[in-house]
Amino acid sequence: MINRPDKAKLYYPHMPATWWLRKRSYFMFMLREFTSVFIAIYLVVFLISLYRLGQSEAAYAAFVDGLRSPGWLAFHWVALLFAIYHSVTWFLSSAVVLSLRLGTWEAPRWLVAGAHIGGWLVVSVAILILYTVL
Amino acid sequence: MSEETITLNVTRFRPGQDSEPVLQSYTIPYRKDWVVLDALNHIKDWVDQTLSYRWSCRMGVCGSCGMMVNGEPKLTCSAFLREYYPNPVTVEPLVNFPVMRDLVVDMSDFMDKLKSVKPWLIREEEKPVSEGEYLQSPAQLGVYKQFSLCINCMLCYAACPVYGLEPDFIGPAALALAHRYNEDSRDQGKEQRREVIASNEGTWDCTFVGECSVVCPKHVDPAAAIQRLKVDNTKSWIKSLLLPKGGRA
Amino acid sequence: MRNIKNFEALWWGLFSAGGVVAAFLVPIHIILSGLGAPLGWLEDSPQVYQLWPVRLYLFVLIALPLFHCAHRIYHTLPEIGLKVISKPLAVLCYGGSLVGTLVTVWVVASL
Ligand code: SF4
Ligand code: FES
Repeated sequence: MINRPDKAKLYYPHMPATWWLRKRSYFMFMLREFTSVFIAIYLVVFLISLYRLGQSEAAYAAFVDGLRSPGWLAFHWVALLFAIYHSVTWFLSSAVVLSLRLGTWEAPRWLVAGAHIGGWLVVSVAILILYTVL
Repeated sequence: MSEETITLNVTRFRPGQDSEPVLQSYTIPYRKDWVVLDALNHIKDWVDQTLSYRWSCRMGVCGSCGMMVNGEPKLTCSAFLREYYPNPVTVEPLVNFPVMRDLVVDMSDFMDKLKSVKPWLIREEEKPVSEGEYLQSPAQLGVYKQFSLCINCMLCYAACPVYGLEPDFIGPAALALAHRYNEDSRDQGKEQRREVIASNEGTWDCTFVGECSVVCPKHVDPAAAIQRLKVDNTKSWIKSLLLPKGGRA
Repeated sequence: MRNIKNFEALWWGLFSAGGVVAAFLVPIHIILSGLGAPLGWLEDSPQVYQLWPVRLYLFVLIALPLFHCAHRIYHTLPEIGLKVISKPLAVLCYGGSLVGTLVTVWVVASL
């Protein structure tokens, strides 16, 4: 039996829109969610640069020249920090979601997260090398 | 010798009398081996008999003494005063729940949600008792054991902003419980539970804030359970696209 | 077949796939195209983008994370008080990522 009190006698709390400022962990969560805004803007800018490249090498060069402005450089530095924050939080989350089991043994989360981060660094270096040699 | 004291600011809400909860201060003797619940019991026994709150086991097992202690959801029978002393301690009812009186919240919504995920072993066909029990290996037990340790203290709901914003969200403990039965090798009820779990109010409302798992006193890890349910729902959705019969294997 | 109408599974699947791609690939590409190219850290060689396997790669690099971002933004803004615009926001975010995908196809095809 579930006890159902008279609703009229209850006090219903209200959650303010600023709830995420009240606790550090909530704030870090919000930061994590907002990495997506910076990543999206970066992708659109990158896509435009490719579009310019499709037009001509000169158009591309002019576009890259525009990215030299302090505003765009600042944006890309900040976007890089946010992107790295996304990567790290994503790998830590992946370690929570994935459950790698062998009989009664379960791979510890630090191992799963560590493997992801190691793989990330390897992939990043590989792309860097490919970009320069190709 | 003057006695050491500690101040507790405790939420009072008397329906019909208060229009909203207010804090009331009590200054009581400080004992370093006391938990917050001991302090509340001292107030109730010696200072103010009208204070209402729930508790039972005093050993972190029954799950009835959950409250906000300095803004954090805690089992008050496990939160020592010495962690806060000499600062005052604020004790409030669990947030995100309607308040009935003082520190007592209405848990009927939570109870309904627990029930909605069919938290029992479902068999397509029960085998006769004469054929014996359903056996399970330690490895099979290991898959879900952690998710079966919940004591229904609702701390995870108080920590969950999604539940605070969207009261229809089924929420951490109930979804962890659903996962516990889904992952039980003796259970065959996954598809029956999916209707509730794969609804918007089921797993999809969750944005993986992760605080439920941080505050859980039993390390149930509801956040992990919910994300695994999402993965399972997505797999089943893809299967239902690829297989003509809806892939209800 | 009731799951078919459950678009959330689709959006979440794309969100996750895009999240993985973004986590592994986006930081290095910000370094290459957002900082390296304009600052001349290394010789900019955009012609690699025109190789066909690389074009396919670029499609994955851009399109999937767009869905990731759309899903996150759609779920986060209502959490900070914008619940009333939830419906138009869904159209804007998911619609935007669908359009973005088509544009990406066109851009990488005409590189
Ligand atoms: S999952 Fe943990 S925090 Fe939530 S009700 Fe169960 S024991 Fe309490
Ligand atoms: S009184 Fe039982 S858990 Fe605290």
